[in-house]
Amino acid sequence: MPALTRDHSDWVKVDSIIDSFEAKKSNLIAILQKVQEEFRYLPEDILTYIGTKIEGLSPATVYGVATFYAQFSLEPKGKYIIKCCDGTACHVRGSMPVYTSLKQRFGLEDGTFTSKDGLFTLETVSCLGACGLAPVVVINDKVYPQMTTDAMKIIIDTILDEEHSA
Amino acid sequence: MGTNTININIHEEQQRAEESIKAQGLRVLVCNGTGCIANGSNDVIAKFKELGADVSILTQHDKVTIVPTGCHGFCEQGVLVIIPDLNITYVKVKPEDVEEIVDSHIKQGKPVERLLYTSPQTGEKVYKNEDIEFYARQSRTTLQNCGEINAECIDEAIAKHAYEALAKVLQENNPEAVIQEIEKSGLRGRGGGGFPTGRKWRFTAANRGGKSYVVCNGDEGDPGAFMDRSVMEGDPHKLLEGMAIAGFAIGSDEAYIYVRAEYPLAIKRLRIAIKQAEERGFLGKNIMGTDFNFEIHIKEGAGAFVCGEETALMASIEGERGMPRPKPPFPANKGLFGRPTLINNVETLANVPDIIRKGADWFSSFGTETSKGTKTFALTGEVNNTGLIEVPMGTTLREIIFDIGGGIRNGKKFKAAQIGGPSGGCLTEEHLDLPMDYDSLIKAGAMVGSGGLVVMNEDTCIVEVARFFMHFTQSESCGKCVPCREGTKNMLKILEKIVRGQGEMKDLDTLEELAYAVKEGSLCGLGKTAPNPVLSTLKYFRDEYVAHIKEKRCPAGVCSALKVIKIDESICKGCTKCARTCPVGAISGTVKNPHKIDQSKCIKCGACVAACPFKAIKQA
Ligand SMILES: Cc1cc2nc3c(=O)[nH]c(=O)nc-3n(C[C@H](O)[C@H](O)[C@H](O)COP(=O)(O)O)c2cc1C
Ligand code: FES
Repeated sequence: MPALTRDHSDWVKVDSIIDSFEAKKSNLIAILQKVQEEFRYLPEDILTYIGTKIEGLSPATVYGVATFYAQFSLEPKGKYIIKCCDGTACHVRGSMPVYTSLKQRFGLEDGTFTSKDGLFTLETVSCLGACGLAPVVVINDKVYPQMTTDAMKIIIDTILDEEHSA
Repeated sequence: MGTNTININIHEEQQRAEESIKAQGLRVLVCNGTGCIANGSNDVIAKFKELGADVSILTQHDKVTIVPTGCHGFCEQGVLVIIPDLNITYVKVKPEDVEEIVDSHIKQGKPVERLLYTSPQTGEKVYKNEDIEFYARQSRTTLQNCGEINAECIDEAIAKHAYEALAKVLQENNPEAVIQEIEKSGLRGRGGGGFPTGRKWRFTAANRGGKSYVVCNGDEGDPGAFMDRSVMEGDPHKLLEGMAIAGFAIGSDEAYIYVRAEYPLAIKRLRIAIKQAEERGFLGKNIMGTDFNFEIHIKEGAGAFVCGEETALMASIEGERGMPRPKPPFPANKGLFGRPTLINNVETLANVPDIIRKGADWFSSFGTETSKGTKTFALTGEVNNTGLIEVPMGTTLREIIFDIGGGIRNGKKFKAAQIGGPSGGCLTEEHLDLPMDYDSLIKAGAMVGSGGLVVMNEDTCIVEVARFFMHFTQSESCGKCVPCREGTKNMLKILEKIVRGQGEMKDLDTLEELAYAVKEGSLCGLGKTAPNPVLSTLKYFRDEYVAHIKEKRCPAGVCSALKVIKIDESICKGCTKCARTCPVGAISGTVKNPHKIDQSKCIKCGACVAACPFKAIKQA
């Protein structure tokens, strides 16, 4: 059981999340969202645990739900989650060059999304609802409008500066 | 059943709310939706609040209140600051401009000319909101309050008639009359299908008696549309009231709003609104003292386009994978948790209170024969005034793009408009005078959809756009049914081949055959509509497909595999800007000497073309 290798306090956290949603099957998505917020991804042992803890669920069902929705990640995410909008409005106004420049900068190969230092995760999303300001990039919860490769470079530089001086 | 006595006098509540708003003194409205915040509106608000402290020295206005509002729709010009009492709209306001607005205009009555909107047509400064072309030609009803009220304060909504319609239906206590009024109005679903709303209510109401649900579809999956977000963020009470009226009409006491996870601000404002409405007795148990109970929950999506489809959405609310279920059974008979369920889109429900309050005839005075009322459109892409607009159904594409939208950016030529998102189609020059209503658009091979309208100019490659949509639907296909899962995959492969310059003419036939197979064979609307962008672009822009295949040429110069970017050494001054801009380090050269592009590294993103101050870089 991988459960044994995990800190006791982690399980306390998971239990309190499950309880806060009344351990209800229909709240599974909300529970997974909270777990991901807490752990920055969905660790497999926790998924299994949730599947056994909530009535009417099985680990396989939980796993099925977790892999179905784009929001969930079964791998650890970076400290900064960069979402490049590639919705239609952003696409026609040049979201891809911004995305490609970031991918290049973080040295991401096709199929990998998190930088080696674990600092950045790069994702695309379809529409953040700020289409009037396309192209849009969101870093953690901050929305950056009308992005260009130049502007993006400055933003990442600033984040790195802060990281290095912290 | 007879009439009910309700325990509140909504008109008195309105008066009280109006007085509390009057007591705010001079109201300074600052847009504060998701887009506006991205533009820096929180900083503008903070600055106003900081400076507002010394307004007591004013003579005319003893008090100034800063009101954060929802989206005004004119996102391109944000942050917008509107001071209704001074009849003025400021655009593109930055925190550092606030002091001047306060000192010059609010204190001394002298407008700050440089922050006014300049009409691109006449070059003149415009003072009032109503005189800006973008607004002048709209009929904002659903969106009216977005941008005029503070969404986090229920009194502001009440002053604008919120819950008046609910009070009316509860007092009259005649669900059948409510359904009749909605039927008579001609309202049709704004979530895509355009199904008559009244008829849907009637079907669901036929199962009155047991437990049933109202579900509001706030998934807004069409990438490029944000009207539902604006309503939820800017005027949440309008939606909540519409839902409560629906609940009363069909005999339901419980409801869910399914909001996509990408909309955290909408979720926050809805939660606040629900709480405030419950405190006032407008939601919850024994609403307005009657025996009508109505509880609204919020469910957050988790990023899956298919969850916008009604049966998938209900599966997702139940905590499962968002896979569509075959219909029948229809939700009206067997929906959420197996119970009869009414599912409507945000904008549909937000239309309800005004229909009840002002009457079906008022509503049906807008629009065309078969498409009544107004419709919001998210106008984006290569148009001058991007933003959210609301016009009567049947307004022409030309009016929307050229009058309201101010035409194509940078003096370029209009090429096409994509409407209805990944399920829709494209409209071209020949459709500019087509009335935008449900039936005309279907005839043209497109659809109103949610109202996302993405404008493209001569520099947009239509084949690439078709690939883009196919990529979207392919990756969002839930995989349950084979035609959609495999068909979209194969269609995407062909499109990718074509944009790479490796297409053959027979691919076009295969593409068309697959398109029809996917359309016919798929289980839900996602697959049934996924081929639309391909079919409509094949119909109107076949020559562009052929150019990619036969001449290995992308007429718009977009498809990277078919283009070569070169630096003209006779023009290059060696400023190094391109080398610094290139995201992949494909450009080399030393200061003051002509630079070179390493074609094996170049990803043809065009960033250098845009960056070069001397126009020395060209693509062929
Ligand atoms: C793939 C797919 C995605 C959809 N996405 C949405 C959506 O994001 N929002 C919405 O209101 N309706 C969406 N719909 C339509 C809904 O299934 C449903 O018809 C609608 O919510 C009904 O509400 P209305 O009658 O008020 O339009 C989608 C349909 C399909 C097939
Ligand atoms: S398409 Fe990017 S925010 Fe809507």
